[in-house]
Amino acid sequence: MSGLPGPDLLEIVALTLGVSGAALCIATLAGVPLGAVLGLVHFRGQRLVTLALYTGMGLPPVVVGLFTYLALSRSGVLGSLDWLFTPRAMVAAQAVIAFPLVAGLTMSAVAAVEKPVRQQVIALGASRWQAALTVLLEARIGVTAAIVAAFGGIISEVGAVMLVGGNIEGETRVLTTAIVVYTRQGDFAMAMALGLTLIVVTFVANVLLLQLQGRLRDR
Amino acid sequence: MAAPEPLYRLEQVRQQYGGRVVLDIGHLDIARGETLAVIGPSGAGKTTLLRLLQFLEPPSSGALWFDGGRIDAQPPLPVRRRVSTVFQRPVVLNRSVRANLAYGLRVRGRHEDRKEIDDLLDALGLAPLAQAHARGLSGGEIQRVAVGRALAFDPDVLLLDEPTANLDPRNVRLVEDLIRQRHARGATIVVATHQIFQARRLADRIALVLDGQIVEVGPTSEMLDRPRDPRTRAFVSGEMIY
Amino acid sequence: MRRAILALTLAFAGVASPLSAQGMLRLATTTSTQDSGLLGAILPDFERVCACRVSVIAVGSGQALEIGRRGDADVLLVHSRKAEDLFVAEGHARARFDVMYNDFVLVGPAGDPAKAGGTRLAREAFAAIARAAAPFASRGDKSGTHVVEQETWAAAQVAPVPPWYRSLGQGMGETLMFAQEQQAYTLTDRATWMALRGRLPALRVWLGGDNPAENSDPRLRNQYGVLAVSPDRHPGVNAVLAGRFVDWLLSPPTQRIIGEFGISRFGQPLFRPNAAVK
Repeated sequence: MSGLPGPDLLEIVALTLGVSGAALCIATLAGVPLGAVLGLVHFRGQRLVTLALYTGMGLPPVVVGLFTYLALSRSGVLGSLDWLFTPRAMVAAQAVIAFPLVAGLTMSAVAAVEKPVRQQVIALGASRWQAALTVLLEARIGVTAAIVAAFGGIISEVGAVMLVGGNIEGETRVLTTAIVVYTRQGDFAMAMALGLTLIVVTFVANVLLLQLQGRLRDR
Repeated sequence: MAAPEPLYRLEQVRQQYGGRVVLDIGHLDIARGETLAVIGPSGAGKTTLLRLLQFLEPPSSGALWFDGGRIDAQPPLPVRRRVSTVFQRPVVLNRSVRANLAYGLRVRGRHEDRKEIDDLLDALGLAPLAQAHARGLSGGEIQRVAVGRALAFDPDVLLLDEPTANLDPRNVRLVEDLIRQRHARGATIVVATHQIFQARRLADRIALVLDGQIVEVGPTSEMLDRPRDPRTRAFVSGEMIY
Repeated sequence: MRRAILALTLAFAGVASPLSAQGMLRLATTTSTQDSGLLGAILPDFERVCACRVSVIAVGSGQALEIGRRGDADVLLVHSRKAEDLFVAEGHARARFDVMYNDFVLVGPAGDPAKAGGTRLAREAFAAIARAAAPFASRGDKSGTHVVEQETWAAAQVAPVPPWYRSLGQGMGETLMFAQEQQAYTLTDRATWMALRGRLPALRVWLGGDNPAENSDPRLRNQYGVLAVSPDRHPGVNAVLAGRFVDWLLSPPTQRIIGEFGISRFGQPLFRPNAAVK
């Protein structure tokens, strides 16, 4: 069968981390500020936005993959980008999957601390901006939990990256889609090895993320 | 000789939530540098009054003047920053005790003087807890942190809502010493309390609030020993157990 | 911490750099051509000849054709004759060409509860399975295999229903695994069967014999076709490389290599070349 475990495995792991890492960065940069704003501010239509986010959190990744595929297809709206069947499409799909998770969980973490903390720090002389930042900092455990949850979700999903990436050997094959190939071929031993690799990779990534949370705490 | 202008003046100030009127003050002046105790039963409107003085919310109707200027819905930040509040149920931030104390200084962009903070920690008996996570402290410790936090940046006005409710006598003494110290430095202080003896110890004047209205206000000794209003007499004697 | 961010950025940069469109051919094909190892064996030769890279997207025939219909692939290698003809008729490809063939076989539990082993034609075997309500696993994914299976049910005048009929929506490997576990019958292409039979001890061939010559049902023949997606309908496709690929795939040397693939391992080739001689 094509695909030796040795050097190819490194390639697959690197791509897995690259794709999910990039998608997580995008989702965090967009989702944390949005979630913070939603948790801090009260505006008309807030329930609707909250519902949209909660629905987004529950979207099956393969459905997101399908919509992303249709959009990025050459006969689709964004076809001219030529992203389909490249890692960029995978990053895009996973960013869409991760975004509502990050934004929604950040929003609820911030909303939980918002009222009492905000009143208190305003009374201590914080400006509106300073108060918002302090509330966000107070919610940091919830926010990092949101990021960790989103990462776990996207690094373990297979439906979206399979559809928009095509599982092309050497180009768009990640750990989850590689597991599918070996399972399909009946090579369960290899599939298990890849599965364990995925678990180890996720574990290490989470260790790093939690370290980051610890650094923030000691400010 | 004309009396100096009061720091706070409230005229026909009413505060209502929904249809309920919680505060209805015909007239109240608070002089610069005085310590005013606001006494009354729970739910009388003491907390609401303090919130108005901290500019957390505007009154539903009526006028509020501070330092000669009429206060609209949102006073400018520098004005707001001259006043500090210790809430009845204070919220400490998820960081060390020292960092909590320094918060007011940091948001004002003022350099944190380590020695001053240390002195404050000592005065409150919090020195051994300086590096502890504030969230993990007991109710009484949190209350003292809240007091220290409100004092650290030396505000012109100090508002305290039941500041020693959770404290044992020794710590009550520590906090009251600090309040007196700030009074000596010229701060204007308003203390909401239902402890009559505390009012007697700290205040120049006492105001009695019942059902959102100021029943009587006057110098401490008069209010406690020779009150004019029968309700004052009843309240003061009823609370003598404190 | 900073090092982690740097590493991540580098990974992302590597991830984000697009391959040069010039030297890349996108081939959408079925899982049987990839999983059997055929593509892994012959594609390096083409990549050398054209100094390009072939990206292989292996899905079911149905999905491969749909990818082609959207212009997302440059060339297709599938086995679903009717669908291919329709594809050409719709103008998505100018023509289709025979490449190679193998056949389908009916495999099932060693006990043969439906007595399928005694039949000569697939539709007879299917009828027997339906009568016995014996478990049957279907790919259910509009692949070439699935299409032939459905045509056989139609020919047997049977509408298969659960619970004995299970439509999985998965590839051939998974479907065979399912049949192995559930002691079910299934229709499979011979190549995948030969490649996986070591892991399928509970199953045996009940219709089809040991090689295509022994297959008693001509309707079980499995013809593979290659189609270059038409630049008339999809201007973005790499028509030049696609054309070269088709020529190369049909050329005698490649056809010979296809005909030799699998002999050493299975005693017979997995695919029999039958491109028209030019």
